[in-house]
Amino acid sequence: MPAVSKGDGMRGLAVFISDIRNCKSKEAEIKRINKELANIRSKFKGDKALDGYSKKKYVCKLLFIFLLGHDIDFGHMEAVNLLSSNKYTEKQIGYLFISVLVNSNSELIRLINNAIKNDLSSRNPTFMCLALHCIANVGSREMAEAFAGEIPRILVAGDTMDSVKQSAALCLLRLYKTSPDLVLMGEWTSRVVHLLNDQHMGVVTAAISLITCLSQKNPDEFKTCVSLAVSRLSRIVSSASTDLQDYTYYFVPAPWLSCKLLRLLQCYPPPEDGAVKGRLVECLETILNKAQEPPKSKKVQHSNAKNAILFEAISLIIHYDSEPNLLVRACNQLGQFLQHRETNLRYLALESMCTLASSEFSHEAVKTHIETVINALKTERDVSVRQRAADLLYAMCDRSNAKQIVAEMLSYLETADYSIREEMVLKVAILAEKYAVDYSWYVDTILNLIRIAGDYVSEEVWYRVIQIVINRDDVQGYAAKTVFEALQAPACHENMVKVGGYILGEFGNLIAGDPRSSPLVQFNLLHSKFHLCSVPTRALLLSAYIKFINLFPETKSTIQEVLRSDSQIRNSDVELQQRAVEYLKLSSIASTDVLATVLEEMPPFPERESSILAKLKKKKGPGAVSVNELEEGKREGGELNGGGGERGGDNSTIAASNASTPSPSADLLGLRTGPQVSAAPPSAGSLLVDVFSEAGVNDDGFLRDLEPPTESSDSLLAEGPGDSDSAPPSAVSEDAAPPLPESNELLNKFVCKNNGVLFENQLLQIGIKSEYRQNLGRMYLFYGNKTSVQFVTFTTTVSCPGELQSQLNVQAKPVEPLIEGGAQVQQVINIECLGDFCEAPLLNIKFRYGGALQNLSLKLPVTINKFFQPTEMASHDFFQRWKQLSQPQQEAQKIFKASHAMDTEVIKAKLLGLGMALLENVDPNPENFVCAGVIQTKAQQVGSLLRLEPNAQAQMYRLTLRSSKDTVSKRLCELLAEQF
Amino acid sequence: MQFMLLFSRQGKLRLQKWYVPLCDKEKKKITRELVQTVLARKPKMCSFLEWRDLKIVYKRYASLYFCCAIEDQDNELITLEIIHRYVELLDKYFGSVCELDIIFNFEKAYFILDEFLLGGEAQETSKKNVLKAIEQADLLQENLDFQIRLLPAST
Repeated sequence: MPAVSKGDGMRGLAVFISDIRNCKSKEAEIKRINKELANIRSKFKGDKALDGYSKKKYVCKLLFIFLLGHDIDFGHMEAVNLLSSNKYTEKQIGYLFISVLVNSNSELIRLINNAIKNDLSSRNPTFMCLALHCIANVGSREMAEAFAGEIPRILVAGDTMDSVKQSAALCLLRLYKTSPDLVLMGEWTSRVVHLLNDQHMGVVTAAISLITCLSQKNPDEFKTCVSLAVSRLSRIVSSASTDLQDYTYYFVPAPWLSCKLLRLLQCYPPPEDGAVKGRLVECLETILNKAQEPPKSKKVQHSNAKNAILFEAISLIIHYDSEPNLLVRACNQLGQFLQHRETNLRYLALESMCTLASSEFSHEAVKTHIETVINALKTERDVSVRQRAADLLYAMCDRSNAKQIVAEMLSYLETADYSIREEMVLKVAILAEKYAVDYSWYVDTILNLIRIAGDYVSEEVWYRVIQIVINRDDVQGYAAKTVFEALQAPACHENMVKVGGYILGEFGNLIAGDPRSSPLVQFNLLHSKFHLCSVPTRALLLSAYIKFINLFPETKSTIQEVLRSDSQIRNSDVELQQRAVEYLKLSSIASTDVLATVLEEMPPFPERESSILAKLKKKKGPGAVSVNELEEGKREGGELNGGGGERGGDNSTIAASNASTPSPSADLLGLRTGPQVSAAPPSAGSLLVDVFSEAGVNDDGFLRDLEPPTESSDSLLAEGPGDSDSAPPSAVSEDAAPPLPESNELLNKFVCKNNGVLFENQLLQIGIKSEYRQNLGRMYLFYGNKTSVQFVTFTTTVSCPGELQSQLNVQAKPVEPLIEGGAQVQQVINIECLGDFCEAPLLNIKFRYGGALQNLSLKLPVTINKFFQPTEMASHDFFQRWKQLSQPQQEAQKIFKASHAMDTEVIKAKLLGLGMALLENVDPNPENFVCAGVIQTKAQQVGSLLRLEPNAQAQMYRLTLRSSKDTVSKRLCELLAEQF
Repeated sequence: MQFMLLFSRQGKLRLQKWYVPLCDKEKKKITRELVQTVLARKPKMCSFLEWRDLKIVYKRYASLYFCCAIEDQDNELITLEIIHRYVELLDKYFGSVCELDIIFNFEKAYFILDEFLLGGEAQETSKKNVLKAIEQADLLQENLDFQIRLLPAST
C-alpha cells in the first residue's frame, strides 16, 4: 500500500486538516472551524442533493472537528444515511462517525439499528464486521435490546467466517458488560466454550475474552472450559517458536492467547482432575524454566512477551496458593527481577511479590529479599517504583523484621514524595502498633512520625497513640517523659502539642517528681506553644490545664490567672471562651473531691480494630467513601458530643475539639461503641452539664429533641438545627409533636411482621407485639426506660387523623404515668377495622425526664394488610378471578428495583407475613409468586390477588395487585413496593 | 482495557478510543489529567503507573505517546506489546508511519485499531490477518476513488 494514496480519497479533508495545522493561534483555528461548520451546514441544508462522496467527506470533516475537541450538534442524520450506502467506504465512514459520536436520540438509534440489522443479514462478511464493530463500539442498551439475541447465533453458526466470529465474540462481550441481563447464553454455552478448540487462533483469542468474562459471572456453567484451556495452553507452551506462524510474536508463541488462557484459569480453583492438574503444573513449570533460558532475541518485545506470560503464570500460582514448590520458584524468579536493569520488570516484581507475601508458603521466601527492597526504596529514581517498594515492605513486615522496616520507612519519609507521605504515615503507624512488642518503641515511633511528617499525620494516627497510652499503664510514664522531651524542641509540630497536651494532662504527674519536669515547668512548656496553635489545639490545651489543676493543686493560681486573662475569657472564639469561663468557674467553686471526680483519669477505651486501618483502606480507593460512611461519621460525631458530659472532663476535650472542626473521623477515640447515656455515672454527668448550661452557650446542636437533661437547656434545643423548620419546638410545646420524619420508614418495617422494636433513642425503647383476627386486632406496646432516671407524667395518646376516624376504631388502655429507670411498662391497644384505609394512626408520647418535657409522635404500624384472611385456590380459580378483576382502576402495578437480595425463601416469608395465601403451582412461570386473600372490614370484604414477578438479572420486580376496591389495590401496592 | 489515547509531545490528542461508556465531559477531564501526568514523567521511568483505580501503561514512539488504561487484573507487559503491535500495524500500513500520517488519515488509524482491538480486547493478533482485512477494504475504496476521479473528467 503506497502511503500517498491514503489521503487522496478526500482531498478536501486533507486541505482542511492542513489549514487547521497552519493556524497560528487558537483563535485562528476556531475561526477556520466555524467557517467550515457554516459551509457544511449550508451544504447539508442546501437544495441540491449531495452525492455519497461529498456526504462522506463532510461527515469526515465533522468527525475531525469533533476529535479536535469541539462540540458537534449536527450531521448525525447524514452519517446515518451513509450507513445504508452500498459503497463500502461511505458505509465505513458512517459507522465511524456513529461509533465516535453516538447520540441518544431515539429516532436515530432506530435508524442506526435498522442499518445494522441489514448489514448483519447481508451475509457479506466485511459488512457484517463493520456492523459488529459499531455495536461493540457503541454498546448501548438499545443496541443490546436489538441484537443480544442475534449475535450468539452468528457466533456459533457453522457457516460464519472466522473474522465475523471474532467480531461477534467481542461484540457480545461488550454487550454483556453493559447489559448482562439481556445477553443470555443458555443453549449456546457449550458451543461457545468449545470455541477454545477452534482451529483458527484468532477466533480462540477473541472468544476467550468473552468466555473469561462469562465464567467470572457463572463459573459453574462454564467450568468445562478449564480442561479445554489447559490443553490449549499446553499445546502452545510446548510448541516450537515457529510453529504458530503469524501468531508467534518475536519468537514467543501466541503470547496474547497464553496470557488470556492463564487469566481464564484464575477464575477457577485448581483442576480436580489429576491428569488435567498434572498437565497444568507441567505448563507452569515449563514457563518458569523458559525464564531461565537465554533469550532468543535481544529485542525488548521478546522479553516483554515472554515475561508477560511468566507474570500471568505467577499470578495463577499465587491464585492457587497450594503448590509450595511453585510458589517458592515464583518467588525466586521475582527475586531475580528485583535486580533487573529494566525498570518495568523491577516494578512488576515488587508488585507481584506483594501478593506473594501474604501466602503462608512463600512469606518467608519473600522476606529474604528485604535488603534489596529497602535498597529499592532508597535508590529507585521513579516514584512509582519506590511506592511499590514501600508497599512490599509493608506486606512482608512481621514481628521479626518490624523494627528494621519501620526504621527504614521512617527514614524514607524524610525525603519521600509529598504524594505518598500520608499513606506512608498510615502504614508506619499501623505496623508500629501491630508489631509492637514493647510499647515504648511504639510511642517513640509515632512521635518520630509526628516529628518527621507532622503535616501528614492525620487525626486517626494521633488519636490512636493516645488510646493506646491510656489503655496501657506500663507505657504511660515513658510516654509522658518522651513527649515532654519532644516538646522541648523550639519548633515542634502542632500534632506534637496535641499529643503532648493530652498526655501530660493525664499523666504529667508520673514525671513531676523530677525537678526538671516539675508541674510548673510542664505547664510553662505547654503554654509556651499555646499562642502558636490553632483553635482546636488551644481548646485541647485548656482542658489539659484544668486537668493540671486537679493533678497539681500548686499550679492552680497560675492557671487560673491564665484562664482569667482577657485573651482567654474574652476570646472571640466561642469555644475557647466557653472553656475558659467554665474551667475557671469549675476550678473555683468545685471542692477538691468534686474536681477529682470530674477530672478523673480517662477510662480505658474499648479494644477494637484500629481505625487507622480503615483510613488506609479508604485512601486506597479514592472516592470510595460512601454516603453511608459519611453519615455514620456525622452520627458518631453526635454521639461523641452527647457522651461528652458523662465521661468526665477530658472527654469534653475531645468532644469540643471535634465540635470546632467537625469531621467524619470524629469517632476515632473509640466512643463509637462506648457507653451511651444510660451507662453514665450520673453524678459527674449532671454536674458537668450544669456547668455547661450555666455558661449559657452550647454550640453543639447534637443533643437533639429527645435528650434535654435539664430544664435550662430547653431553649437551646429548640434552636437546634434539626428543629428549626419542624414547627413548634417540641420540647416546650404541650401539643403533640408532628410525627418523626422516619416514622413512615418505621411503619414500613412492620408491613410483613407483627413483632419487633418500633422505635429507639437514647432514652426510650418501644417494642411491639400484635395479633389480628378478622377485622379485629390487638397490639401490645412496651415502653422501656433506658436511662437510670425515672420518667414522670408518662402519657400516650393514640389518634386517627382525618378520614381514618371513620375507618378505624382504636382504643388505647391507659398506661402507668411513671417509669422507673431501667423499667418497662406495657400498654394494650384494641383496633377495629371499619372500612378500608390508607393512613396510619398516630401515637403521641409525652413524659418528663430530668424535668424536661419529651414529646414525640410515631405512626402505629396498623396497615390494611393486617386484616387479610388468606384464601387458598387452584390455578383455574385464580385466573378466573384475575380476569374478573379486569377494570383498569382495580389494578395497581409497580416496577421497582430490588433493594434486598432476591432470595426466594425471604420473599416467600415476606409474602406470608403479608397475610395472604401464597399459592404454589399457579403461575406458569415458577419464578413468579402469586397470592390471594380477603381483607375483612366491618363494612365489607375486599378480595385481593397479587402477582410478583422477579427478574433476577435486572434486579427488578414487577408487582401487580388486583382488588375489588381500587383504593385497596393502590394502598397494598404502595406498601409492598417498599418491602423487597 | 478501558481506553487508549494517542497524544503528541505537545499534549495534542491524536486518537482516542473509549471502551467504557463515559460522558464527553468526563472524557475530556481524564484526557487532560492523563496527558499532563504522562508528559511530566522522565524518559527512563517505568512504563506503568497507578492512576485512580486503573493502571496506566504508556510508551513513547518518536513524538507520539501511546497510553492505555487497564484494570487491576490486566497484564501490564502484554498491554505494552499491544501498543507495540498497533504501532507495527500502522507502520506496515503507512510505510514507516509518522505522526502526520495519523493526523491526515485519522480514520484509517481508527479502522486499523478496530480490526486489532474490539471492545478493549485483542481481536486478532496476527499482523498478516489484520492488514489483510484493511487491504480488502482499501481495495473496495480504491475502486470507488477511481470512479470518483473519473467523473469530473468525463463531464
